Amino acid sequence: MDLLTLLQVLDSTMRLATPLLLACLAGLFSERAGIFDIGLEGKMLAAAFLSAAIAYTLGSAWLGLLAGIGASLVLSGIHGLASITFRGNQLISGVAVNFLAAGLTVVVAQSWFGQGGRTPQLQGAARFDPITLPFADAIRDVPVIGPIYYELISGHTALVYIALLMVPLSWWVLYATRFGLRLRAVGENPAAVDTAGVSVIGLRYAAVAICGVLCGIAGAYLATALQAGFVKDMSAGRGYIALAALIFAKWRPWYALYACLLFGFLQALALRPDVIEGALGFKVNVQLLDVLPYILTVIILAGFVGKAIPPRAGGEPYVKER
Amino acid sequence: MDVMPKWADVVLIPLISLLLAAILSALVILAIGESPMNALKIMVDGALGSTYGWGYTLYYATNFIFTGLAVSIAFHARMFNIGGEGQAMIGGLGVALVCMYVPWPHWSLALLGGTVAAALFGAAWAAIPAFLQAKRGSHIVITTIMFNFIAAALLNYLLIGALKPQGSMEPATGKFPEATHLPNLHDVLGFFGIEFSKAAPANITFFVAILACVAVWALIWRTKLGYEIRAFGHSESAAKYAGISPTKIIMVSMLISGGLAGMMAINNVQGEAERLVLNAVEGAGFIGIAVALMGRSHPFGVFLAAILFGFLYQGGAELALWTKIPREMIVVIQALVILFTGALDNMVRMPLERAFLAAKRRNKGAA
Repeated sequence: MDLLTLLQVLDSTMRLATPLLLACLAGLFSERAGIFDIGLEGKMLAAAFLSAAIAYTLGSAWLGLLAGIGASLVLSGIHGLASITFRGNQLISGVAVNFLAAGLTVVVAQSWFGQGGRTPQLQGAARFDPITLPFADAIRDVPVIGPIYYELISGHTALVYIALLMVPLSWWVLYATRFGLRLRAVGENPAAVDTAGVSVIGLRYAAVAICGVLCGIAGAYLATALQAGFVKDMSAGRGYIALAALIFAKWRPWYALYACLLFGFLQALALRPDVIEGALGFKVNVQLLDVLPYILTVIILAGFVGKAIPPRAGGEPYVKER
Repeated sequence: MDVMPKWADVVLIPLISLLLAAILSALVILAIGESPMNALKIMVDGALGSTYGWGYTLYYATNFIFTGLAVSIAFHARMFNIGGEGQAMIGGLGVALVCMYVPWPHWSLALLGGTVAAALFGAAWAAIPAFLQAKRGSHIVITTIMFNFIAAALLNYLLIGALKPQGSMEPATGKFPEATHLPNLHDVLGFFGIEFSKAAPANITFFVAILACVAVWALIWRTKLGYEIRAFGHSESAAKYAGISPTKIIMVSMLISGGLAGMMAINNVQGEAERLVLNAVEGAGFIGIAVALMGRSHPFGVFLAAILFGFLYQGGAELALWTKIPREMIVVIQALVILFTGALDNMVRMPLERAFLAAKRRNKGAA
């Protein structure tokens, strides 16, 4: 395998890891605050649809992004209402959110565009364009560094760089700010946070809202950057892979980056069976590559490769003693 | 807990939740420029207006009874089996293997063999997540989600490889032999002189599903094991203190749950398609969640809720045929039912409890 092929695979790794990373960090904020969220998939899907629909109508990818975040936030609101205010079952609420998005996106898309549950193809400013970083063209011909910089680091859409910046930002918010400390505490021991006079409900709603924003960006990325428009079920299980990555990362931001890059790499490889065959000398089953993230997560969950311990108060509604 | 009479808990709350879901669905239909009343009429006509419609309604309902019972059993042990989809897929694999490679002399034996294989395969697929939950404390929801994907990939792999007949381009097995074909409701009811549509897919499995309802009811409320499952579901520590082994309850209830989900395959694989195709389950595993919530995890409730969802499924297909409302509208309704009967249960319950409490006080004051 030559350098260029490797760079191509790594380049598509970056593109495929981006939605996983955003959704994974979204889940991280929510679960660290003690709210399980298996509705990442649905939020991404809703955001993908509305961002594509608005981007197409108004011709602006950035307005589409805002609309996508809005759609995701509405679903986050439902999840928050069910699991924080009404102390319902968070898992069931997440399932409902996923189905709501899966159904509504197609019903509304059919009603608005009449194209069998998809939006029209996005063109021009309605899509996020790749950004060429400074000097990329200039040093393109420098051996090794040139191609790496030009092919791999430069030439992604703005959302890819935003996703990458979210990793240190999430780390900073969670581990270096008072808000982050409280957010983590509320996922471990909400009673203690309540005793300290900080609102458990407020913190959890904040976490769910952050989760909504990040899922919104992830969904908008799918429809307006990775692909050009919304198609039915386009999130294709990414929300669940992100959930798997979150467990793989043991609920930590930097590990989340590595886990998502690994799972993105597997997805990129699945698209290039010729590369695997060339590198390994034998055929690797594509289905196996597709399910490897899930199998790895089960192995991690089984505790064979280090223990993944979720936030202690995760999934439990907080009831103040009366 | 005893603020409300029992009938309010099992009848009133689900009905109010259902009404809320129906109102919101009607609003969605209005918003996309169709008439909810007209839509309802088409659904009722299409799903219940003929024995053909009933045949489809009952066919879907049969699937949902199995998956609904599967989710219910797990709920009783306070576990959320979200893997019904995968377990039903693997159950289908069991049915396909048994139907293709065993020379059955008669359909009744084939039904028996198919049922056993479906239940065993479904249970086996639930066994690993159950074991990981019981022994390693891995969250059953996450592992069963992962196993849904693994099941889909496994089936995909087998149906484009080993199980596909030579020369076929379609990812599916060949047709099962004639002797494994199950009698449909036309044959069964015709035996008693009742006219029923010949073209509809509902088959004898419907009666197996009813038997399963009775069996689950007897298991949960009439056996020691059922008592242990319920005790474990109410309080794990109390159950442990009473000498009930958590490992055993988790394993047994999940195996039964997986087995029931797998048994759905005798309806959709052996009874209807008569071969194994990709995506044979069509989301029925997930609808089991809505059915179990709606039916309050009681087999009779599950039965009624399954019929309701069978109606929605067949009615939804008719809607897609006659109006501009796409089939996905059912998914929206399903989501709303899960939301209101499951996640937002307290939203309906709390005001009702307050109302009952106020009424009680007033009665006391009068007396």
